[in-house]
Amino acid sequence: MSTSDRDVVVTGLGATTPLGGDVASTWEALLAGRSGISRLTDDWAKEFPAQLVAALASDPATQIDRVRARRLDRSQQVAVIAAEQAWAESGAADAGVAPERIAVVFGTGIGGALTLLGQDDVLEQKGPKRVSPFTIPMLMPNGPAAAVGLAIGARGGVHAPVSACASGAEAIRWGLDLLRFDRADVVLVGGTEACVHPLPMAGFAAMRAMSTRNDEPERASRPFDKGRDGFVLGEGSAALVLERADSAAARGARVHARLAGAGATADGYDLVAPHPEGEGAARAIGAALRDAGLSPSDIGHVNAHATSTPVGDTAEAAAIRSAVGEHALVSATKSQTGHLLGAAGALESVFTILALREQIVPATANLDDPDDDPAVQALDIVRREPRKASLSAAVNDSFGFGGHNIALVFTTA
Amino acid sequence: MSEDIQAGLAEILEEVAGVAPADATPEKSFTEDLDVDSLSMVEIATAVEDKFGVAIPDDELGNIKTVGDAISFIQKNQG
Repeated sequence: MSTSDRDVVVTGLGATTPLGGDVASTWEALLAGRSGISRLTDDWAKEFPAQLVAALASDPATQIDRVRARRLDRSQQVAVIAAEQAWAESGAADAGVAPERIAVVFGTGIGGALTLLGQDDVLEQKGPKRVSPFTIPMLMPNGPAAAVGLAIGARGGVHAPVSACASGAEAIRWGLDLLRFDRADVVLVGGTEACVHPLPMAGFAAMRAMSTRNDEPERASRPFDKGRDGFVLGEGSAALVLERADSAAARGARVHARLAGAGATADGYDLVAPHPEGEGAARAIGAALRDAGLSPSDIGHVNAHATSTPVGDTAEAAAIRSAVGEHALVSATKSQTGHLLGAAGALESVFTILALREQIVPATANLDDPDDDPAVQALDIVRREPRKASLSAAVNDSFGFGGHNIALVFTTA
Repeated sequence: MSEDIQAGLAEILEEVAGVAPADATPEKSFTEDLDVDSLSMVEIATAVEDKFGVAIPDDELGNIKTVGDAISFIQKNQG
């Protein structure tokens, strides 16, 4: 593949997740088949239908200074942790890039819910004068992007896409556009989420979207399996450093993979239910392939959005089958990480990139009995053990309540 | 008396803004020397009210530039 000035590469990765406090430990745990899911032991959870979460493996307090942390919502703390890892790994800070040419695109699904709800308790119990002056900068959905921008000294624009569980992937697509349009030289992109709290848990449970397999936490998230009954809420963040291939090569940066293309569509079907045939999702994958100049046959691996909900997984299987075909190795890594909502697309892009770099496809845990749906049956979903493969291109799907569909195409460096 | 107030204020500054207690001396400016921003000043005012029973009205808060200003205000208004 030739290097043109439109080519965009990934030069840094960072993450803090239910599987580990950084990318290396997360990836190792993923390949080892470990689960990040456990049952809540809090008193409030006892009456809840869905009591499972995928909590961070590493307490943010161990990774971020106390005074800094108290002015940041948990969703901002994990964003800053992941972003600083990616930034450090990329070496971009030492490359002499003008701050005016550094941009940030960092998405979240829910934003600072813990701050909003915690300060509402303060308001109710102690009155308005006791509400923290940091309430607004901690709860605003652009708060994580802004905190990341400050952390790395970005002055070329800081943006915060909000498209529910597609937010992290949308941030990556937006970063690709910024580089292609020469709005910046380096873009730090990612997604974040930290909303393990009774209200979001009750809200998702009321939608019947969450698994109630409370007695078997590690078996609860089971994408594409007949026994799946909903997603498991996870928390964490993942970040990527993007830059143009020519400037990355000029500074001798390590390239993990190429971000070859992106596609974004809307279902235009229902506010929360996915189109049953995955029509919008298939269009997003098709658009991403055209953008990358690739054919479906080039795609060796798909990291599926597959959240383990009954309707979502079959709709996506139909989309993958129609837009990519039946040859690609499919993984549903939420089976181990849970669903990180606005961080999901960023984390799963990290997994997609590592699969390409290491030439190994993670397994889908808990896929004991694949759904009878013809598309699920037709796909080659990797299960039980990771599978070694010869991969040159891979797709990461992300979808969000609201009918948002994002597909990203990565290729080997 | 003012030493007790200075020590109490130093505790607040450490908790809210990470200022080392030894740095919380009367001549220090909150913004220039101790890197305390305007939102943290609001938190400090709340903490002062809790610790010393002295409320700092918003129009007074703007006049408190140094640790010494805060000590004097607390001393003057303590019951």
